[in-house]
Amino acid sequence: MDAGRHPNIKIITNATVEEVTGFVGNFHVKVQKKARYVDEVKCNTCAECVQVCPVVVPDEFQTGFSLRRAIYLPFPQAVPSAYLINMEECLGNNPIACGKCAEVCEPKAIDYDMKDEIVELDVGAIIVATGMDVYDPTPLDEFGYTRYENVVTNIEFERLMGPTGPVAGEFIRPSDKQKPSSVAFIQCVGSRSLKRGNPYCSNICCMNTIKETLLLEEYDPTIEKKVFYIDIRAFGKGFEDLYKRSRETGTQYIRGIPGQIVEDPETKNLILSVEDTTTGKIEEHEAEMVVLALGVKPRDDADIVQRILTLSRTTDGFFMESHPKLKPADAPSAGIFYSGCSEYPKDVKDSVLQSGAAASHAQILFSEGKVKIEALTPIIDNELCKYCGICAKVCPYKAIAFVPKTKKPPVVIEAACHGCGTCGAECPFDAITMRHFADKQIMAIVQSILEEKPEEKIVVFACNWCSYAGADFAGSSRIQMPVNARLIRTMCSGRTDEKFVLEAFRLGAPIVLFSGCHFADCHYIDANRWAQKRVEKLWDKLEKLGIRPERLQLEWIAASEAAKFSKVISELEEMRKKVTKEEIAQTMEILNKEKEKEEEKKKQKAKKST
Amino acid sequence: MQDQLRIGIFVCECGSNIAGSVDCDELIKFAKTLPDVVFAIKNTYTCSDPGQDEVKRSIIEHKLNRVVIASCSPRMHEPTFRKCVEEVGLNPYLMEMANIREHCSWIHLHDKKSATEKAKDIIKASYARARHLEPQTELEFPVTKRALVIGGGVAGIHSALDIANAGYQVCLVEKQPSIGGITAQLDKIYPSMD
Repeated sequence: MDAGRHPNIKIITNATVEEVTGFVGNFHVKVQKKARYVDEVKCNTCAECVQVCPVVVPDEFQTGFSLRRAIYLPFPQAVPSAYLINMEECLGNNPIACGKCAEVCEPKAIDYDMKDEIVELDVGAIIVATGMDVYDPTPLDEFGYTRYENVVTNIEFERLMGPTGPVAGEFIRPSDKQKPSSVAFIQCVGSRSLKRGNPYCSNICCMNTIKETLLLEEYDPTIEKKVFYIDIRAFGKGFEDLYKRSRETGTQYIRGIPGQIVEDPETKNLILSVEDTTTGKIEEHEAEMVVLALGVKPRDDADIVQRILTLSRTTDGFFMESHPKLKPADAPSAGIFYSGCSEYPKDVKDSVLQSGAAASHAQILFSEGKVKIEALTPIIDNELCKYCGICAKVCPYKAIAFVPKTKKPPVVIEAACHGCGTCGAECPFDAITMRHFADKQIMAIVQSILEEKPEEKIVVFACNWCSYAGADFAGSSRIQMPVNARLIRTMCSGRTDEKFVLEAFRLGAPIVLFSGCHFADCHYIDANRWAQKRVEKLWDKLEKLGIRPERLQLEWIAASEAAKFSKVISELEEMRKKVTKEEIAQTMEILNKEKEKEEEKKKQKAKKST
Repeated sequence: MQDQLRIGIFVCECGSNIAGSVDCDELIKFAKTLPDVVFAIKNTYTCSDPGQDEVKRSIIEHKLNRVVIASCSPRMHEPTFRKCVEEVGLNPYLMEMANIREHCSWIHLHDKKSATEKAKDIIKASYARARHLEPQTELEFPVTKRALVIGGGVAGIHSALDIANAGYQVCLVEKQPSIGGITAQLDKIYPSMD
């Protein structure tokens, strides 16, 4: 493989990314490389070790159709070309127990005491090519995958057909190791179902089955082939030709998914009951082997990658792109790109296409050589600052340097700041001005919105990455909703200051919504948790003042949750209608008095200091 | 003290995307009533070359020192319009967008009157913020010219090779003991069947 030999590529296998810090152009990454127990460099793949290993387990690569040892090469063309030991299977180095492989290893490559290691890297761009998982057909019991030996998945079929497969290219069925004379394919297993499996089309299974019918035709034209389908989606370049070729080989395409498969206990053949939806007739078909064209799904550990890189996911669970048409290879966070099925199920050609797009976007950064960061950092007014240190405490990036009790003002480390604005919202002395999301700018929006007919408005504070993006998505999805919401965008819900909310109520807002990313999605690590705390404090405060706390709502809305955004707005509109003019007037009066009190306090303080 | 505010408001019709459910002439009329607005105009597509040229020309002709662009989401075109105003010497942070497409015309397709009233409100709010905008300078950082590719399947390998062939360092991290991914398990691959 070219990648294994390329001088510019360092491959770290058996490894996972554990932590990513920094920002576009300047990421710091911690990778955990799990111990292989065989030195990749010393191992010469002589296979002496395999001969002596007494542990026999099913081979994952061959989907369990053949066996391997506890020390093994994942598959013949593996890169790196080196053995490894699965320590959970290995009997260990205890001479009484085993230790045989180390005895026979000439290059002395085996080290039972090898430890996991952390590799640290500085990178400018990150490409997420984490791929997809295959749907597990166990819950679809009508196909009998767990009960009948001759019902196999498409991956298992590929291994049985493959020249490097467990039977070296001899196509056999599992029950009697004989060549089947008829094969039935069932499409959309785990796809396109609102009830079981996934609602989306997995994109690749139609063409994969068409390919498999042609492979069978090449192998032995006498094998009877039937495909049970809902629709055949052969939309890519050259795909229709392959579909035609498959039909010309005599492959029967039957429009209907079998409702049940029963095994003949004697022959182990399978009887499929199906309604042919083109004729409306219930039919029975017999096949010696059944292949389930499994749908695909997001990686089981996609949530971990999502958290480490603060990505978003669409409702199907795949990673959400920056723009569905114009930026399909970009993550919403700068410097992170998608390649392949992490973003959506794709075939090899489309994966390669997107991988090139992702690579070229990374190269644009590199050839530019520098990045400009939006001017969103805080400015601390040293005269207003009382050295309380709250700003430093709430900063998710430790970007404010402050030593308590030194009476030295906090210092903003601009390179580390991501501009969430939590410090600006939390500073009790208004000593922090956020560049470009300054208090006076946001207050001006609040005042403008509520200048006329405030009783008709729902004031929505929305974060750039999730709830504002979710509202954008509702727009591009043309989801119709009440006209009363007015959104105020900040970078993070952590920026939404208590005084913005109180000002909105003082000016007559019937309902205020505080919205942001779900906890795991926050683009500023955990800044939205400060938003949550602030809202809780506000609820207490409103209650004490005699204002119904329910009029301040808190919702976490992801960028992909267009429907949720619309639902929330519709619910809030119902709540708004119930807020009476008298209630609004009363709130305004309470808060105007509060404001007067505060201004009085300020005046007295100013007098004292002079 | 800052100079006298001279605000320009540009309303984008976005073809029929905005103009279809919002009365853009009405928005222009409204925009002209706002204090310190010295210029207001609509364009079929403000993001197109003629649209951007109009913005640039107007900044120069009318000596605009604040610009409000009422069009789509800032998540879509804020970078476009920041660049546009910067080209004629206006600090990009003195441009404010009013999202009257995603947050208005597209979600109120069948109530032009209410949608137009809401669009006025949205423009007024952006205008109110624009009055308080200040010029900003962006910080510049060097880029580490090395990529991390997470996942060594066909996509990850190709991305890594492209970047490596362009002359940059790549680190390819794979969870399994070998790279290759799901593709390695497949026999032949369509459409070329090899």
